[in-house]
Amino acid sequence: MTTQTSTVTPILQGKDLVKTFGRVVGLDGVNIELYPGEVLAVVGDNGAGKSTLIKCFSGAHVPDSGEMFVNGEKVVFHSTHEAREGGVETVFQTLAVAPALDIASNLYLGREVRKPGFMGTIFRTLDKKAMREQSAAQLRNLGISTLQNITQAVETLSGGQRQAVAVARCAAFGSKVIILDEPTAALGVNESARVLKMIQDLRDRGLSIILISHNMPQVFEVADRIHVARLGKRAAVVTPQSHSMNDVVAIMTGAMTVPVEEQQLAPVR
Amino acid sequence: MSSPSTGTVDLAEEFMGRRSTMQRIQGALHKYPWLSPLIVLAVAVVIFYLLNSRFLLPQNLSFITQQTVIVGTLAIAQTLVILTAGIDLSIGAIMIFSQMLMANLAVSTTASNVLPIAGQNPYLAIGLGILGGMAAGALNGFLIVRFNLPPFIVTLGTLSIWTALTLIFFKARTIQGPEIPDQLKWLGSTFKIGEFQLLYGVILMLIMYAIFGYILRNTAWGLHIYAVGDDPNASELSGISTKRVIFSVYLVAGLIIGIAGWITIGRVGSASPNVDPLLNLDTITAVVIGGTSLFGGRGTLIGTLIGAFIITVVENGLSLAGLDQAYRVLAVGILVILAVAVDQWIRKAKA
Amino acid sequence: MINRLTRGRALTAVAVAGIASVSLAACSSSSSSSSEAAAGSEAPAASSAPAASEAPAGGGAPVAVSLITKDSSNPFFVAMQQGAQKAADEVGVDLTIGSGKQEGDDQGQIDLIENAIAQGQAGILITPMSVNVNDAIKKARDAGLYVIALDTPTDPPDVVDITFATDNCVAGEAIGQWAAGKLNGEKATIAQLVIFNDRVVSVDYCRANGFLQGMGIDVPTLEDMNSAAKTGKYTTGAGGDYEIVCVEATGANEEGGKKGMENCLAKNPDINLVYTINEPTAFGADSALEAAGKTIGTDVYVVSVDGGLAGVQAVQAGGIQATSQQYPLKMAELGVKAIKTIADGGAPPENTSANGQFFDTGVTLCTDDPQDTVTAAPQENSQYCIDNAWG
Repeated sequence: MTTQTSTVTPILQGKDLVKTFGRVVGLDGVNIELYPGEVLAVVGDNGAGKSTLIKCFSGAHVPDSGEMFVNGEKVVFHSTHEAREGGVETVFQTLAVAPALDIASNLYLGREVRKPGFMGTIFRTLDKKAMREQSAAQLRNLGISTLQNITQAVETLSGGQRQAVAVARCAAFGSKVIILDEPTAALGVNESARVLKMIQDLRDRGLSIILISHNMPQVFEVADRIHVARLGKRAAVVTPQSHSMNDVVAIMTGAMTVPVEEQQLAPVR
Repeated sequence: MSSPSTGTVDLAEEFMGRRSTMQRIQGALHKYPWLSPLIVLAVAVVIFYLLNSRFLLPQNLSFITQQTVIVGTLAIAQTLVILTAGIDLSIGAIMIFSQMLMANLAVSTTASNVLPIAGQNPYLAIGLGILGGMAAGALNGFLIVRFNLPPFIVTLGTLSIWTALTLIFFKARTIQGPEIPDQLKWLGSTFKIGEFQLLYGVILMLIMYAIFGYILRNTAWGLHIYAVGDDPNASELSGISTKRVIFSVYLVAGLIIGIAGWITIGRVGSASPNVDPLLNLDTITAVVIGGTSLFGGRGTLIGTLIGAFIITVVENGLSLAGLDQAYRVLAVGILVILAVAVDQWIRKAKA
Repeated sequence: MINRLTRGRALTAVAVAGIASVSLAACSSSSSSSSEAAAGSEAPAASSAPAASEAPAGGGAPVAVSLITKDSSNPFFVAMQQGAQKAADEVGVDLTIGSGKQEGDDQGQIDLIENAIAQGQAGILITPMSVNVNDAIKKARDAGLYVIALDTPTDPPDVVDITFATDNCVAGEAIGQWAAGKLNGEKATIAQLVIFNDRVVSVDYCRANGFLQGMGIDVPTLEDMNSAAKTGKYTTGAGGDYEIVCVEATGANEEGGKKGMENCLAKNPDINLVYTINEPTAFGADSALEAAGKTIGTDVYVVSVDGGLAGVQAVQAGGIQATSQQYPLKMAELGVKAIKTIADGGAPPENTSANGQFFDTGVTLCTDDPQDTVTAAPQENSQYCIDNAWG
């Protein structure tokens, strides 16, 4: 804990990010680092700049100034599409799934696969069979076995299952980073537990995850490090081991400050 | 709550048991939204046959198909638009504009002094008329996408605009059948299958249903139409350009409307600005009865086709049964409300 | 919650959509033509007239008159508008032309009447849509405007100052008499293609029931187009059996005429006499009859009312066997001149019709096959009618 510079390159990094909306300052020079294979929780009060930060990484916002890096390479995302191409997938709170479409169509929404040969090129026929098979395989790989029928409409699924579909979509295309925005906010206890389990599984597969959450017990259950946002800045980065829930809440509200040398800016895993 | 008595458990189970039958129906309707209109159509056909056996004579069946052709074709366009959670109130006005443009281009002299355009090659006239429909559709799409205006308001405005332009450009003059070249009226000719007379326009309509049904089911564009209507935010976040999809839908709707204009000249035998002013409503009715959700993202073209036939069958059947027209209007009204209610119910289905 | 809200809103939108496409579309009282008129003449002068003086006719300001037709697309009304404009230019009347959006758009007409009152015009020429515009007409007369009904009388007729019209009942009677004479004792299997089945409009029932009365069929209620017995005997000419197969609403256009005729043929393919509310409807019916393999003029007779140019050309060509010609140009022309005369201090016109209820602008039965049974109107051949036709 003595060194503040790590030899490991962050897989996702933001440097001095600023984003304003008219007079409202969303981000006021934020730094953030996500290291490979970890779960970084981002917590903070409403208006602390959590969602603005996430939207910059997901391509929904373009920061006014500051830089973003994926795997050490500078990136600029103008759209969710570009962010995704750059390897950053976001599961929004609204899940961004089309409820009336089936699971396979949702997994491939916006990047559908066409049939080979002239059926695909001239008649632009989608290869539904391939998409279904690959979707099923993908879900199995992720250990999501509760979804038996890949042709089921997403709206017929439970909240947790929908979350699983949204996560599976992110993981399906070999992305390096998954950002989860309040994944358990709308879920019951059992479903939340399943989603947390899924997050841990994904990490164990080597994916890097940013988890936005209000739920302290859940954050302390799965996070490796906790990035505390406050007033558009980073207040501190701590670990569940180094600080208690009460401490984190105190940092969020400004009642407590943590000296830089006591923070966990380097990876723990 | 935590420890329910045995009595309530039994009741609950019984209740659940009964629900599961309903849920199965709900599930089936959810999976095949055209199922309920098909049942309605079948029941209607049986009832009308019982009321007057002439109903099922080949001659009457050919009348029914012919009377469905205008609304049926326009309803393809309306379905595409409604699937994106939009609505097009200008369909009838654009169709009339398109057919008047076509006819005025093709005749040897036109009443129009605003557009001195008469005497064109008939095929060119058809092409330009359809192009006019596309231009009108593009205007709708442009206004909706570029200025983020609600489709309802935009198409309410263009409804008046195209009605007015038709009056201004073409002086509201009906172009009589003999003046119009045969190529424009060709879709109004029929061929016989036994006693049954099939209109070429009906064949074209069915081909269009097949093509657009295929596109909706099997292409990315089709899937994106559903996705955009279902949840525009989710679609945008999934990397779909919702604006491009919506614009293209109105453009394609314009194309279909233009073709419908050509079909109408054939069906009516002349080009008149006085075609049924209720066309807009009829197309929306066909779409809704056909099980497509006005909230977007859900529905099928085959349902719309059935819906369009239901409207004609009800009107024709009640006419044959000797009932006053007011009852036909009543019947269609009840069907629409039923259809929307069923749609609401289906949306709650859990598989 | 969000979902519910959205649905609620969308539902409202649908409801509004329904209403809007019927009535909003309808009430934006068309005015491509009225704006043309305004641009062409001194509309600003007209609108400043009430400010200038209480009496609209006074002090050198031009006499302002509104012409309000049912719609601006039916050739009949288009001709009426042209006739009025011509007369207005001739005698120096400032004419405002407007119309409902379509048949049945009462509100559009009411708005235009109120505009005319607001502008302090001298008079209104109106083709009243239905009884729903009566109150507005009364308001106009109370405000001192001279109101002339054109073509269609109001119900009751004394709502307006005077009616300039063709007697629609007589027009219907003439074609009924012709049809009975033509059938000459043969059984009449009749299709009636009317405008509405959900609204009672005098032009509609007067023509349709006048037609039946002309054939010598008893009509218990003139206002009810379904009141005659469906089967019985007609008495005009040689007399014979009749059967009314259908009374179909068509909206008075080609497409509706075709659809209505098809439905009637589906019910009974032996139809040999078709009454049509106007000639566009007759063209639609012709198309359906031909598609059903009928020879018009041999297997089946088509009769109509209006006498527009295309209509009487169809009489010559054989698509229509007889039609009652009316004179909308003359009506509008006389109407404009009458209001000008009154505004200048002259005497109002007097009723001239047989029943003394309106100023009759006359009707002629156009046919190339005249029948002795026709007494309601003079018969002329198609060429005469073409020479005298409007549109």
